[in-house]
Amino acid sequence: MCLAVPMQVLELKENTAVVDMGGTRRAVRLDVIDRPPTVGDYVIVHAGFAIHCIDEEEAKITLQYFEEIFADETSR
Amino acid sequence: MKHLDEYRDPHLAGKLIDKIKALSRRPVRLMEVCGTHTVSIFRSGIRSLLPPSITLLSGPGCPVCVTATEELDKFIKLGRQKDTIVATFGDLVRVPGSSSSLQKERADGADIRVVYSTFDALDIARRNPSRTVVFLAVGFETTAPTIAAAVKEAKKEGINNFYIIPAHKIIPPAMEALLAGGELAIDGFICPGHVSVIIGADAYRPVADKYHIPCVVAGFEPVDILQTIYMLLSQIEEGKAAVEIQYRRAVNFTGNEKALALLSEVFETCDAPWRGLGSIPDSGLRLRDNYRALDIETKFDLTVPRTQDHPGCSCGDILRGVKTPLDCALYRKVCTPSNPYGPCMVSTEGTCAAYYKYHD
Ligand code: SF4
Repeated sequence: MCLAVPMQVLELKENTAVVDMGGTRRAVRLDVIDRPPTVGDYVIVHAGFAIHCIDEEEAKITLQYFEEIFADETSR
Repeated sequence: MKHLDEYRDPHLAGKLIDKIKALSRRPVRLMEVCGTHTVSIFRSGIRSLLPPSITLLSGPGCPVCVTATEELDKFIKLGRQKDTIVATFGDLVRVPGSSSSLQKERADGADIRVVYSTFDALDIARRNPSRTVVFLAVGFETTAPTIAAAVKEAKKEGINNFYIIPAHKIIPPAMEALLAGGELAIDGFICPGHVSVIIGADAYRPVADKYHIPCVVAGFEPVDILQTIYMLLSQIEEGKAAVEIQYRRAVNFTGNEKALALLSEVFETCDAPWRGLGSIPDSGLRLRDNYRALDIETKFDLTVPRTQDHPGCSCGDILRGVKTPLDCALYRKVCTPSNPYGPCMVSTEGTCAAYYKYHD
């Protein structure tokens, strides 16, 4: 029930964002999001609310860690 | 899709499994607390790829499953009140109470409506001013702020036919209760990702410090979970018990301040009943005085007689990680997703339902 998925913000209105949910547009509320998103950001959506704006820097750090795993493979 | 595909890369998953195998020396038991993790672990087949030294246990992390029978009986009693509309998330509808379920009540004429969001429930209240609309407020810290937002909005707009029945649960006290019970040896916790988006990873420090158990907050894709297992094993091998975050794109140590502020404006903690774990101090949420009038129990008497779980259903033991569905005599024989005896078979995130779907 805590299922929540990243969705991209297409449009912003007063207290809602229109997000892309697998090709369909859906409005989600912004009452509880940690920081206001801008168009193009990814937000985590749960039960009709955006609860978090994804931190691209942190996402990059995690992916870099994974790249390092690949790196030890190719250097071997 | 971005933020999903890269964490589903099978080649990367294979590399992580090799690293885990290289590191794993002694038997360890890791508990995933969250039901969404349980499903993700089963669906991706991670269990069968791990070395036999690693046992994954499923914990009390499905909100529907931990909802106590007395709470379900209250929901059912509520559905029988005159001129009342019960709004609920879909998972709850089929869960059996002592002698009925919301689904059966609906067949008998109760007005029970499944909603996707609390604001849908608020809309129902706006459109039906002469009827009482009650939202069944179940869920963990991920969901509670969305309910706080609806409660605040209802009060602000003066929608005076909207109520909730607060049945929220808070995760860290349940983790402590499991450990304090001493029934089960756990070497590490795979901590819930979306609960932690709200509460922040610092919330697990008491568990890590007091019980010396490593805690790592995990994302939901296969690669996220494998990296989390690797991080836990590294800590176990080094004798550490720290709180770490694997799911860094979504979780920090302090949590979502805005959501937490809204939560504490509307709710305060209280003791709450958990299936399988009994009453746990400060593990539930009730409305603060300022919002108390929106608690339906200020309007209707919903006290219920002593409740009864289905004899033979082991959901309680399964939620504590001391049994698996394979230990339940009813599993698969009579209890199936189309004829569930307990909540763990009803909810898609329930451990019995996950075993039924994915375990051969
Ligand atoms: S298999 Fe059915 S009866 Fe057995 S514990 Fe699970 S839900 Fe209960």
